[in-house]
Amino acid sequence: MSNQELTPFEELPEELQELYETMQDDLYDGYADKVVEGTKKALEMGRSPAEILNYGLIAGMDIVGEDFGAGILFVPEVLMAAKAMKAAMEILRPLLTQTGSPRIGRIVMGTVKGDIHDIGKNLVSMMLEGAGFEVIDVGINTDADVFLAAIKEHNADLLGMSALLTTTMPYMKVVIDRLREEGWRDKVRVLVGGAPLSEAFAEEIGADAYCRDASVAVEVAKKFMALKRQAA
Amino acid sequence: MNRFERLFEEHEIVLGDGAMGTMLQSLGLPSGYAPELWNVEHPEKVQSVHRGYIEAGSMIITTNSFGGTRFRLALHNMEHRVAELNQAAARIAREVAGDRVAVAGSMGPTGELLVPYGTLTFEEAKAAYAEQAAALAEGGVDFFIIETMSALEEVQAAVEGAREATGGSLPIAVTMTFDTHGHTMMGVSPEQAIEAIYKMGVRYIGSNCGNGPEETIAAMEKMAARKPEDVILIAQSNAGVPRWQKGGQIVYDGTPEVMAQYAVRVRDLGVRYIGACCGSTPAHIRAMAEALGLA
Repeated sequence: MSNQELTPFEELPEELQELYETMQDDLYDGYADKVVEGTKKALEMGRSPAEILNYGLIAGMDIVGEDFGAGILFVPEVLMAAKAMKAAMEILRPLLTQTGSPRIGRIVMGTVKGDIHDIGKNLVSMMLEGAGFEVIDVGINTDADVFLAAIKEHNADLLGMSALLTTTMPYMKVVIDRLREEGWRDKVRVLVGGAPLSEAFAEEIGADAYCRDASVAVEVAKKFMALKRQAA
Repeated sequence: MNRFERLFEEHEIVLGDGAMGTMLQSLGLPSGYAPELWNVEHPEKVQSVHRGYIEAGSMIITTNSFGGTRFRLALHNMEHRVAELNQAAARIAREVAGDRVAVAGSMGPTGELLVPYGTLTFEEAKAAYAEQAAALAEGGVDFFIIETMSALEEVQAAVEGAREATGGSLPIAVTMTFDTHGHTMMGVSPEQAIEAIYKMGVRYIGSNCGNGPEETIAAMEKMAARKPEDVILIAQSNAGVPRWQKGGQIVYDGTPEVMAQYAVRVRDLGVRYIGACCGSTPAHIRAMAEALGLA
């Protein structure tokens, strides 16, 4: 299900536009109770779960992502917004499964072998979920076998790898090489991120994108999915 | 008088040391291995790093205990070895330090987020830091350096934990990392940091790690502008940022010359405890000592 099937936002009744905008504001402020309340209200008004997800939640997380990228919001605010979104998703998820999932893409996410840092990786996972992605989080200290198995099992569109240490970042290349060896490199776009990484490093190891922060990761992931849809 | 405090009585500028983790890696520490284990497995290698810094002019050396809280060690299934590994870290540093050089007991972040952002409670964090601090004190550190912090709540837990463990008998220094748009990852500005940490009763405050000297200098400018009279500022920048070399080598791009210039610039801002962090080596510290007229 894509946005095209939803009524364009501007064509919604004013009352509903206001409800969604309030939900976006509450999400931005991390008020889980209010976001849940807004979600229930929209459902009572007979709106589809996909519409609520897109206009009430994802649109709100987009603003959070932009402001995080611009240095207006920091990790605590993003975490609280993501928690608010998660609370609303508890209500929407069962309904979305009934009506067909609106997921825009599927990504396997993990911190590479030897590295046990997960704050950044978790943040990116939450932001991607907030943007409508299905995230398969394989955790920390992940070796190539685990990455490959998850990618194959879930037929992932994207792979996201994180590292905080200069000693562990080279392992990303090991995983990418394995993808190539097993004939999966062309099926999966590879995103990498973490404090010591750079554009040049991503290029050198053959990744598709270096993501400076979580909001860039979301933008890049969306871009790759759009390209994939065009190619299909 | 406490060795650490005495340094500031006797010297206008106190030269700290450089990196431990990246030095141990160059000595063969495997990727992903807990550096703290080397305090008991290869104490001579850890001591060789300390000696290198002392020979280069460091007046303070920092224990190999950055990841020594039970939360970090738990990721290597070694949470039961907090006392042993931290005591060893302090003892082997103390052995090479002698009487003139002060030993900083390094305490880094737990790696967990405190509630409401994560699941770690303030009391749990405080207890973990108290456990680490007690062991470092027993091993003979002269003060604690709570470093690379990003959340003020966690700083508070560490400060209170360290005080509780030692009855407040050892000085405490705190440095945060301002690597995200001039703020810490958790959104703390240098101005907020110095104000809040001062209120915790800490008088040695500064910035460490991060994305190289320029970022550290920018943070120190802001701290210097807000500095209460009785605060001693600390700067310990990374030696630039890691660059990937063709062929798989990773090197920090901050040369000894770059770090020497950084040392002079932070001194001119009024910083009195000047050292370095990731990617630095005794060569960097020597260049800094020379530039500061200490060599």
